[in-house]
Amino acid sequence: MASLRELSKKKDYLTGGHRLCAGCGHSIAVRQVLLASEDPVVVGCATGCLEVSTTIYPYTAWKCSYIHNAFENVAATISGVESAYQALKRRGKVDKELKFVAFGGDGGTYDIGLQSLSGALERGHNMLYVCCDNGAYMNTGIQRSSATPKGAWTTTTPVGSVRPGKPRRRKDLTAICADHNIPYVAQASISHWKDLHAKAAKALQTDGPAFLNILSPCPRGWRHPSDQTVKMAKLGVQTGYWPLYEVENGVWKVTVKVRQPKPVAEWFKLQGRFKHLFAPGNEALLADLQADVDSQRERILARCESTQE
Amino acid sequence: MSKTVALTGNLACAHAMRQINPDVVAAYPITPQTTIVEEFSTFVANGQVDTEYVTVESEHSAMSACVGASAAGSRVITATSSQGLALMWEILYIASALRLPIVMHNVNRTLAGPINIHCDHQDSMGARDSGWIQIHCENAQEAYDTTIQAIRIAEDNRVRLPVLVCLDGFIISHAIDRLDMLDDPEVKKFVGEFEPAISMLDPEEPITVGPFDGLHGQFFEFRRAQELATLGSLPVIEEIGKEYGAVSGRPYGLIEEYKLDDAEIAIVVLGSTAGTTRVVVDSLRADGVKAGLLKIRSFRPFPIKQITDALSGVKAVAVLDRSLSPGAIGAPVFQEVRSALYDSESRVPIINFIYGLGGRDVSMGLIKEAYTVLSDIVKDGQVKQTINYLGLRE
Ligand SMILES: Cc1ncc(C[n+]2csc(CCOP(=O)(O)OP(=O)(O)O)c2C)c(N)n1
Ligand code: SF4
Ligand SMILES: [Mg+2]
Repeated sequence: MASLRELSKKKDYLTGGHRLCAGCGHSIAVRQVLLASEDPVVVGCATGCLEVSTTIYPYTAWKCSYIHNAFENVAATISGVESAYQALKRRGKVDKELKFVAFGGDGGTYDIGLQSLSGALERGHNMLYVCCDNGAYMNTGIQRSSATPKGAWTTTTPVGSVRPGKPRRRKDLTAICADHNIPYVAQASISHWKDLHAKAAKALQTDGPAFLNILSPCPRGWRHPSDQTVKMAKLGVQTGYWPLYEVENGVWKVTVKVRQPKPVAEWFKLQGRFKHLFAPGNEALLADLQADVDSQRERILARCESTQE
Repeated sequence: MSKTVALTGNLACAHAMRQINPDVVAAYPITPQTTIVEEFSTFVANGQVDTEYVTVESEHSAMSACVGASAAGSRVITATSSQGLALMWEILYIASALRLPIVMHNVNRTLAGPINIHCDHQDSMGARDSGWIQIHCENAQEAYDTTIQAIRIAEDNRVRLPVLVCLDGFIISHAIDRLDMLDDPEVKKFVGEFEPAISMLDPEEPITVGPFDGLHGQFFEFRRAQELATLGSLPVIEEIGKEYGAVSGRPYGLIEEYKLDDAEIAIVVLGSTAGTTRVVVDSLRADGVKAGLLKIRSFRPFPIKQITDALSGVKAVAVLDRSLSPGAIGAPVFQEVRSALYDSESRVPIINFIYGLGGRDVSMGLIKEAYTVLSDIVKDGQVKQTINYLGLRE
């Protein structure tokens, strides 16, 4: 495991000067993942904040080859790039070792891009898919996705007199990917850089498809100050909302143990998207959300226990 | 050296693909295209090609993977039909805007609803403005020959655009036809080694593909550049058609005229119906009727000058369209031919026959009917009805 000092000397594929908001989790996620690669990388990016902010023509913030195709198809697109690589390698036209990494937002991955992702994982391409999960369609102005936490305000689940934010619980995409029985799947957070780095390194060394789901706070959409991004991600982990675990060849394992999760309210109350939950009369709602987070966490822990040798 | 074989149109296309041996094929099955990908799969399974064959989960992903593979610097072919082409629609525009030389068969089938698997051109007409070159084939021979030429057209540095090779579903795709195939080495030589304009696989020279065009961006200029490239492909399609003729004995152009030189009445048509029309022309000629045929091979780019020149001497024209554009003035091919003729000196009377939708059979009798209407126009000097339907049960 490289030290921070060593990492700081490595080639950065995403340079500064991009137009992501100050405090955006995405650039942290991308740089931490790509720093873990020992080989040159080729990146694919789905439409979303990361894409629009890093390649405003005629500029690019990417120092590696990069392709953006559309919103829902980055997995298929990078699978095409990787297939070209396999073909040209076989025919002696390229010889270098390369890694192929796709980045998608939660909208581009949980929702509209799920089919493309599922297909690519099943086909077994040698690629890493990274979902930068900020829990909504931020690029288009904070609309709900199937990654949005239950109870959260978004512009399509506004808080009104009869509806208190998003009514449904979130989809468990990490588990869905794990159930594709691919070699490596993990859930990580930008706040736990060592854990994330180790997972990215493993994922990149995996022979075959790998999937990383990274909690990547968005100050705009979560409604928190832009200097609180890492803290927000950390609390996401410490409350048990975002358990850090990996699934390696079918074995589920918690990588960062949270013995006594903090109440989710501690995390919620720092974010404007949950402000309404603290209005008088919403105590039951808050309790319900806590129960939801607990049960989801327990499900993951149970799978970890049941698959350990 | 060529050899004569009996193959369906789809198998002819699959064999052309085998001989080209592209780097990557990403495709998804749909009737009536399916036998192309099935046959190609057996070539992969038997090691007759060493293509990376990506069995995607949808046509949207097929075209998306083709875009990735082509941008990475590989030679890419795919095939689809109908709903599949419609599902690709979003990515068709991206492929052409990125100027990627992808070649795709479209085995023409109508678009639902009601769901129907048979031939018309509704699907490829939907791709009309997508920035793809669109070439229509009359039979299996043309489908085979055009596949090979399409590689050269798409990859030509003056063009660098994707090419859609259209063949009529079932009529061409599933009927066994006699055709001549080139030898494998001849095809290999004709298509040559692929020299990609861009590659994403050289870490020393990274590139950004598909950047975001901001509010004050270059979109308009890009789209215009694409138009110029499309128009610029006209002489390239002709040149490659001629060169292919020198190798195969079968030269190709943008259009094909049949007995038009002294014709008084003419039908303009795409695809397999040209074959039927040719037979009708012969029988009318035997009766002393001066009938002719203009087959449009390249629908995109639309060869305006060749078409107006070819029709300059006739007295009445009918355009046969195998699609329908509800609420428009006639169907797409008619609209464009009429628009082209608007500026010609003769301003010849021109009418539209919509035919064969959803695979409705088009017989010689129906085509004869169309010629009879044209003869009446010449005789009476007036058009009674501009938009007409052939074979519609009324
Ligand atoms: C087919 C299609 N539908 C909708 C859009 C509009 N759109 C662009 S980005 C986006 C949301 C992106 O959200 P997410 O993937 O979560 O990324 P984020 O911006 O939050 O990082 C949407 C809805 C689109 N570009 N293409
Ligand atoms: S809106 Fe959110 S996700 Fe988008 S750039 Fe800003 S902080 Fe990042
Ligand atoms: Mg998002």
